[in-house]
Amino acid sequence: MKRLVLVSSLILCAASGVFGQQPAESRASGIHQADDVPGEQRMTALEERVRTLAEEVALLRGELKALRDAKSSEPSSDGRVLLASSHVEPGMVGSSSASAPPEALASQLPQTQASGGTQLQTYGGATSNAKLLNPDISLIGDFIGTAGRNAVSPSPSLQLHETEVGMQAIIDPYARADAFISFGETGVNVEEGYVTFTSLPAGLLLKVGKMRAAFGKVNTIHNHALPYIDRPLVTNNLVGGEDGINDAGMSLSHFIPAPKGWFMEGTAQVYRGDSDDLFNSYRRQDLGVVGHLRGYRDLSESTNLDLGISYARGNSAGLAAAPNPSTFFTNLYAADATLRWKPLRRAIYKNFLFRTELFWSARDQLSALNAFQTQHAFGMYSSAEYRLNRRWTVGGRFDRSGHAANANLTDTGFSGILTYWPSEFSQIRGQYRFGRLAVANPGDFSNANEFLFQFLFVMGAHGAHPF
Amino acid sequence: MHRCSFGPRLTAVFTALAFSMSLLGPLIARADSKLKIITATTDLASLAQEVGGDKIEVESIARGYQDPHFVDAKPSFLLKLKRADLLIVVGLDLEIGWLPPLITQSTNPKIQVGAPGYLDASRFAKILEIPTGQVTRAEGDVHPLGNPHYWLDPENGLRIAKGIADKLSEMRSSDAAYFAQRYADFEHRLKQADERWLAEMKPYAGRKIVTYHRSWPNFAEHFHLNVVGYVEPRPGIPPSPQHTVELIHLMKRENVKVIVVEPYFDLKTPNAVARETGAQVLVLPPSVGGEKEITDYFKLFDYDISKLKQAFDAAH
Repeated sequence: MKRLVLVSSLILCAASGVFGQQPAESRASGIHQADDVPGEQRMTALEERVRTLAEEVALLRGELKALRDAKSSEPSSDGRVLLASSHVEPGMVGSSSASAPPEALASQLPQTQASGGTQLQTYGGATSNAKLLNPDISLIGDFIGTAGRNAVSPSPSLQLHETEVGMQAIIDPYARADAFISFGETGVNVEEGYVTFTSLPAGLLLKVGKMRAAFGKVNTIHNHALPYIDRPLVTNNLVGGEDGINDAGMSLSHFIPAPKGWFMEGTAQVYRGDSDDLFNSYRRQDLGVVGHLRGYRDLSESTNLDLGISYARGNSAGLAAAPNPSTFFTNLYAADATLRWKPLRRAIYKNFLFRTELFWSARDQLSALNAFQTQHAFGMYSSAEYRLNRRWTVGGRFDRSGHAANANLTDTGFSGILTYWPSEFSQIRGQYRFGRLAVANPGDFSNANEFLFQFLFVMGAHGAHPF
Repeated sequence: MHRCSFGPRLTAVFTALAFSMSLLGPLIARADSKLKIITATTDLASLAQEVGGDKIEVESIARGYQDPHFVDAKPSFLLKLKRADLLIVVGLDLEIGWLPPLITQSTNPKIQVGAPGYLDASRFAKILEIPTGQVTRAEGDVHPLGNPHYWLDPENGLRIAKGIADKLSEMRSSDAAYFAQRYADFEHRLKQADERWLAEMKPYAGRKIVTYHRSWPNFAEHFHLNVVGYVEPRPGIPPSPQHTVELIHLMKRENVKVIVVEPYFDLKTPNAVARETGAQVLVLPPSVGGEKEITDYFKLFDYDISKLKQAFDAAH
């Protein structure tokens, strides 16, 4: 139907083009009257033109057919079905639809339904059949600039901090997989790559692969999804730096029966036991474990409370030279609380989030005198963000953290953050950061005053927003 | 001795009892319990309710006054999804920002994408604005599979209801006759209502309107309205001063007197445009539940059409 209309309108257009030119040409020829030779030339020119037009129509017809074939698995848009009794008066807008032959309609409906199944294999992003089975591919660029003074942990003035390629797809009826490969300034790193088994019995959710451990909140969030440019001081001091607890292993979660109105989930994870400068696996049997318990409650339609406690254990890193490194452990405990407010009617303009996380670290290590000792350090951050309107968000963060290996050294800092969103797919952010950073001896501090700015851009499929 | 042998026997009896209960339990539950349906939006919930009657329990994740593109994937939804027998989604990437993680984490094999309990309503509907040629985000947040606001055409409502009725019959064949009868009744009532709506809107055929977001192509096509512009410069992009000026010129030139705004958008720009052009800003819910009195699919059109009529009449 659509093809017919298109082809006929093409012919019409072409014809009107030809006829539209005719008067002009005849006027032109009127000047040289009774001139037979140009008349003949005109006829042959016209014939030539009609031939090329016919060729063009045939070509377009072929292209249309190809397009149509490629589209046939999508819900057909040209099957203009009408309610049998709807009154469409001739001459009204869209009355052409009334002339859709019922046979065409009948043949289209089953086709649409039969092919619907294949269309649902991926989460969007694909536009033609050929791409339907490709994973959803996205790329997130994270450009960071830094100015100001920081004598303790300086960062480069300008850097493409990270380019994260994400690939996500449903593997089969029982599983889906997510992979995030991050290209940094120093190399390539599989930030996460795991398969999630969604159809296990007994309500279990199993993830296998390399992943960010379910240790608190900020540890699970990718750099580009953070509400700040950097990570809190405590992440660097106690929880293994930028990548945090991020290791190869397995994760099992289960909903826990809870009082009415509460959602509770328990997660148990086993890892190889290697996470940056936090955990190190000295022997194959030196595994790391992480446990997380989450409680969530809707306080109202627009307000909710999210609480969690976490535990992580592994062998302390950096003790390869110690006599029996497998007996040195780092135990980490954490508690997190998040309060969100987002009025549903104005969700894209106004919202507020307050989050605080507390961390306790107990690290076995060798003292300066090569004796076994355990350092007990505490760290925390509190952050708030408020969306002013569709494009602007302001935020702040307070940091305080001891050093894992030397609990007497404590860093303190605060940040102010301003974010601008040109669209959902790009983000510009500025952050002022002050740090009172401990150096070498307790009581010695170095002040850091820095201004950071960040450009984030997203290509490709929509990633789901983390909650 | 006597006492000792009693223990294992009792245990065996209890075990057998528990085992048979666990086997019987689902069977008993299956016979008279309602099918639990979760829908992405309230409109799908209303359509499911129409054909499912008292054989189903249905609940929507998004509220009618909420932007269905931006819903938080709250864990409280997980508990509902975990218990669901059927999940009905709008599809066409409308829920891409929040539904996939909910489905994955629901630990419910029945509603995983492609499983029998996952129903994409867009399969049944007539879809408009499917982009042809190259699709880029220079056009804003385009939906490569077509405009997902397709439920705002009663004909699509009927098609979706048919799809749901077929699915329900497939899942609960013992009630197939019930669902078929419910559908036939719904079809009859909807056709009658549609006749009335079309008649009410007939005097306004061809009227030009401006809408905030591209939520209304199916509605406009069915009721013969002419959407000539949008407050958003591109889908999902907030209004810009330059575009607003162009829009004002366009509305003056085309003599557009009505600006339709979805309830979840800010009214500042539409009000400013209205002041400049003498047009009226009309907050029109695109979904069931968008206003308190819009309790089902019929009332959605009743409400929207009466509001539109008032606005068009006031423009004269």
